[in-house]
Amino acid sequence: MQTMSHHYIPNFREIREEMLAEIGVGSVDDLFSDIPPGVRLKGPLNLPPKMSEQEVRKHVGGLLSKNVPVNRMPTFLGGGIWPHHIPAHVRAIVSRAEFLTSYTPYQAEVSQGVLQALFEYQSMICELVGLDVANASMYDWPTALGEAALMCARLTGRRRFLVPDLMSRDRLSVLRNYSSGAGMEIVEVGHDAGTGQLDLESLSRELNDRTAGVYIENPAYLGFLETRAQEIGEMAHRAGAMFVVGVDPISLGLLKPPGEYGADIVVGEGQPLGNPMSFGGPTLGIFACRGDERVIRSMPGRISGMTKTVDGKTRGFVMALQTREQHIRRERATSNICSNETLCAIAAAVYLASLGPEGLREVAEICASNARYLMKRLGGISGVRVPIFNSPHFNEFTLRLEGGGISVEVLNSELLKAGIHGGKPLKREFPGLGEASLLCTTEIHAKEDLDGLVEAVSRVTEGG
Amino acid sequence: MFRQARWGTDSGLEPLVFELSRQGRRGCAFRPERLSEVEIPENMRRTSLNLPELSEPEVVRHYTRLSQMNYCIDLVFYPIGSCTMKYNPKICDEMASLDGCTQVHPDQDESTVQGCLELMYRLERALAEITGMNRVCLHPAAGAHGELLGLLLIRAYHGWRGDARDEVIVPDSAHGTNFASAAMAGFRVKVIPSDARGRVDMEALEAAVSERTAAMMLTNPNTLGLFEDRILEIAELVHGAGGLLYYDGANMNGILGKARPGDMGFDVVHLNLHKTFSSPHGGGGPGSGPVGVSEKLERFLPVPLVQHDEKTGRYYLDYDRPDSIGKIKAFYGNFGVLVRAYTYLLMMGEEGLREATEAAVVNANYVRKKVSETRGFKPAFDCACKHEVVFSAEPLRRETGITARDVAKRILDYGMHAPTYYFPPIVPEALMVEPTETETKEELDRFVRAMHEIDRDARENPERLCSAPSATAIGRLDELRAAREPILSWRMYVKAGRS
Amino acid sequence: MKKLGLVVNPIAGMGGRVGLKGTDGPEALRRAIELGAEPVAPERAIAALERLIPLKDQIQLITYPGEMGESEARKCGFDPVVVGEVREGQTTAEDTKDAVRRMVELGVDLILFVGGDGTAGDIHDVVGNRVPVLGVPSGVKIYSAVFANTPEAAGEVAALFLSHGLPFREAEIMDIDEEAYRRDELAADLKGYASVPYEPIMMQAGKESSSGFETADQKAIARWMVELMERGRVYILGPGTTTRAVAEELGIYDSTLLGVDLIVDYRLMKKDVNERQILEAIEGRPASIIVSPLGRQGFIFGRGNQQISPGVIRKAGRKNIIVLATPQKLSLTPVLKVDTGDPALDGELRGYIPVITGYMQTHMVKVL
Repeated sequence: MQTMSHHYIPNFREIREEMLAEIGVGSVDDLFSDIPPGVRLKGPLNLPPKMSEQEVRKHVGGLLSKNVPVNRMPTFLGGGIWPHHIPAHVRAIVSRAEFLTSYTPYQAEVSQGVLQALFEYQSMICELVGLDVANASMYDWPTALGEAALMCARLTGRRRFLVPDLMSRDRLSVLRNYSSGAGMEIVEVGHDAGTGQLDLESLSRELNDRTAGVYIENPAYLGFLETRAQEIGEMAHRAGAMFVVGVDPISLGLLKPPGEYGADIVVGEGQPLGNPMSFGGPTLGIFACRGDERVIRSMPGRISGMTKTVDGKTRGFVMALQTREQHIRRERATSNICSNETLCAIAAAVYLASLGPEGLREVAEICASNARYLMKRLGGISGVRVPIFNSPHFNEFTLRLEGGGISVEVLNSELLKAGIHGGKPLKREFPGLGEASLLCTTEIHAKEDLDGLVEAVSRVTEGG
Repeated sequence: MFRQARWGTDSGLEPLVFELSRQGRRGCAFRPERLSEVEIPENMRRTSLNLPELSEPEVVRHYTRLSQMNYCIDLVFYPIGSCTMKYNPKICDEMASLDGCTQVHPDQDESTVQGCLELMYRLERALAEITGMNRVCLHPAAGAHGELLGLLLIRAYHGWRGDARDEVIVPDSAHGTNFASAAMAGFRVKVIPSDARGRVDMEALEAAVSERTAAMMLTNPNTLGLFEDRILEIAELVHGAGGLLYYDGANMNGILGKARPGDMGFDVVHLNLHKTFSSPHGGGGPGSGPVGVSEKLERFLPVPLVQHDEKTGRYYLDYDRPDSIGKIKAFYGNFGVLVRAYTYLLMMGEEGLREATEAAVVNANYVRKKVSETRGFKPAFDCACKHEVVFSAEPLRRETGITARDVAKRILDYGMHAPTYYFPPIVPEALMVEPTETETKEELDRFVRAMHEIDRDARENPERLCSAPSATAIGRLDELRAAREPILSWRMYVKAGRS
Repeated sequence: MKKLGLVVNPIAGMGGRVGLKGTDGPEALRRAIELGAEPVAPERAIAALERLIPLKDQIQLITYPGEMGESEARKCGFDPVVVGEVREGQTTAEDTKDAVRRMVELGVDLILFVGGDGTAGDIHDVVGNRVPVLGVPSGVKIYSAVFANTPEAAGEVAALFLSHGLPFREAEIMDIDEEAYRRDELAADLKGYASVPYEPIMMQAGKESSSGFETADQKAIARWMVELMERGRVYILGPGTTTRAVAEELGIYDSTLLGVDLIVDYRLMKKDVNERQILEAIEGRPASIIVSPLGRQGFIFGRGNQQISPGVIRKAGRKNIIVLATPQKLSLTPVLKVDTGDPALDGELRGYIPVITGYMQTHMVKVL
């Protein structure tokens, strides 16, 4: 009886034997005989046994159901990945097999779907950030930042890169790892104690003729806006350095795009545009830059470009400027990116096309107004300082427990017991900030969620 | 007769989403109430935003039409060498779409994400077993990302031992990212040639190793689909010089379950979950490139590591690693991809994984034998391959002028995707074919027949090949034009006055 | 419409089959004919032209009368524009030069020529590197790097160049001393550089492309070479465009392309030196030799740089030889050769050596 041992492998044993005969070998083992005996596995690997689909559903579904997802518990976490509403049709489109199971569009003639969707993604990112060119994605915000630093080094021939000392520590770590091979020096610039924003005097001291670029995050990691971003850009340019800005793209529904205040390169996290959080990934690195030829030639990553068929009649899209790779690889500060986050970029394109300018503005408004509401109400609780910094904020803000003897750890633990997930404790990253945490609100938070948090925090701080 | 779906007119396919825009339309709505004023200063607000305005049905129709003009595994045979385009089981997608995966924030209290942590831990254990490594970091988002991590770990290792080594040896048949990753990690790259058998030239390797050798990067089976049978000697040479051995796991589908890189002497390994472990390619990403290391490199792994407290049964994130190099990605990796790979592993089991490798290798050798019966295509090397085979179309080119690229474009007309061509660069008119184990013998026979027909057409009907592809949504595209006059966004299109 | 100039040297290669080493000069030619030599160039020309037939209606073919191109072109179905006139009797180098002069005036995009090193040299005298040239090999002496491997390959590269465009590379024109050659001695000079369309092994980027633009690669090599340079060490810079890129990277724009120059402390010490001058300069100082493979055969010593004699090599030290070559150059000459004149030294130089091929990148290459 002809049997199939696994339903994903159509050529079961008997068929394989026919094929082996045509190949001209006696058995499958003959095809592995060139593996030295000392290296060949003698027995089976110690792996879980094969499960049926029913069993797998139960096991994996069971594992994942041990988690408490944010739609079952009000959660106030952000910090580089945020819970947003994803319109149902976005998921439907990126679940389509033609997008999901396709390969990198090297054969343009049969990949116009992906190529055009990416061109549209690139275009919408350009509109969002105010620059002429965007690539088809990087892995995430930190690696996009790393690549931006390398690009500044390539274009200026310099090695120093200045960053705010209140930037996300994790992003800073990735930046250091990306730029160390090129011998770059990452220098942290101090902040104003009151506003949290980059201190322009410190910046002025650190800027010199060895500075390749200056980076700020706007909104900052800790939620405040850099109100003097334009000046920072001007200072960087006067020193011959490039100006790099990192963003949460949702904020650009309301905020002036960095391209309009002097940014040469914009990086950011595109996850909030139509992609779920999925415990940290897949994420979507945004990377955009100015449109002049010299800059474009140094931009890493894949780009979808418009062209025509060779007979000149029909418009189409191809992976453009592949010689950039060669150009970039002739430098010390080189890039190795190959696979990216295409499917996430397509989701972002569908999301942005669905929201349009009004929709995105609305989302940003709700995010910001929820935050403002929460800040005002939490600020009314004694022993709680919200926000720590005296600056305008977007949808994230810091909270510090003062004088009450309660730690953020205890607060969060009590909140959990009440079925609420508090903000991100900041002690690991910024011990100097005291008992601080980072909170975030988005359009998924209803008034009850916000009021619920305020009540719970009150109870904990006033009770303790 | 095959024809790909085509939407559009003679002058273009589906219009751009900006061209479909009409002021006032919306594809998504939010509630109008605001709980508070927004405190953003006027001079920081944007004054306009040029995004397209479409209703939801229009958005759906637009992207659905676009998708129809795209090949994918669920539609066609995809024999792209070194990409392992195997069938992507839908149960994997289903698991990755559960709320317990999608709706979880990475910074959540560990007690609320035990499911995620346990899944990652179990996956790590399985991958460690498969590769013969001690611990596996799941952070990298792609193979190239994993390579960079591996090389940074190697650099940290040598630095920690006070041994400044600055050279990495790479074979000339290696994938381009190997060279770039080594350079990114700050190393000098030393390229060695392949010998007449398509393997590492041992004489060249002996001349290349020195006290400066930090590592050698190898793919095994290599990009020609051939097993580096002298791997133990290679390992001895490199280790003897004080260097480490790095395994590029892109070709794991050729040996999974039959041999392990750890047993061959490799110290660092990266895997491509979107290849061997069947996570969908998504048009170019997301992927996942976990890196496994032997004990000596463990201390340098990025934070956090997922640990398991046997006593309490609790899973937790370990940040207490003083020699760690830090981070190379936000958070902990592409968890959505990890869920798919884990699901795939369970669906296959140990037996299924081994059978998959065997079937992949049989399929590749079958194609090798049947296509070599043409006049124009000859296997580049005279021995059995593993899961992929490299042909040279040089005989065809010499006789008819038809190139590997022409052949690839014509294959598209048969309702199949083209194999990789012109890689590896050491084989003239290279065509690299990797059928994978999820193809039927019938489909392989169809591919073989197509190759025979193309071989004949090259001699008797060359116009068919020169004008290919003609059954696809669009004909050959002018890449040189795209490079000469780049139009990379709607803005550039408008500025160029062409919209 | 693209314009292709076609020049056939009908007597090139006639010497080969009858054992003569070349047909430069009427005396040698007469000897060849006496020995029953038949012209081989015309059939080579046709083999190349056949690859261009698909472009027949898209290009304008400009050529010289009779066997210098017109008859071969018509045989392949082309309707060429015929310029100039052939002088009675045997065609000579002057006819070749006249033909090429006219073609340049008419603005040809490419000169496809059939001949050997001699013909290449004649064409170079007129054209320099102003117009791209491509050689269909039909000579006994084909040491210059302007030749394709076969007539068919030449036709194909020409076709690709005219229809799609190709990047350029600078290719060495070698001048082999024919008298010495006939005495079984091989002495070569580097005559100059021509601009040649470069067809990389991979024309289309798949996952990665091994091609690039050679000048950019040379700059990358030069940049790294300069980073490796030490103060107080004499660098003996051999001829070639890649070594010239090193000089330019240091801001030295008057180094010699065809001669050997000396660089110390990042400055030009002396240029176009001979063996004696080199030996004097490196007396009692550390020295390194920087060379690049020249010509089609990939000689790093012995063709075009004999000033770097065995004495110089031994004094500088075998360990201090640095070889530079772009990946394109290596793809044309994957094995390197040495012919210093001292067989024992040649033996010591053989084996695998690292060749600098990019920024912080070397290739291990075999020296035979």
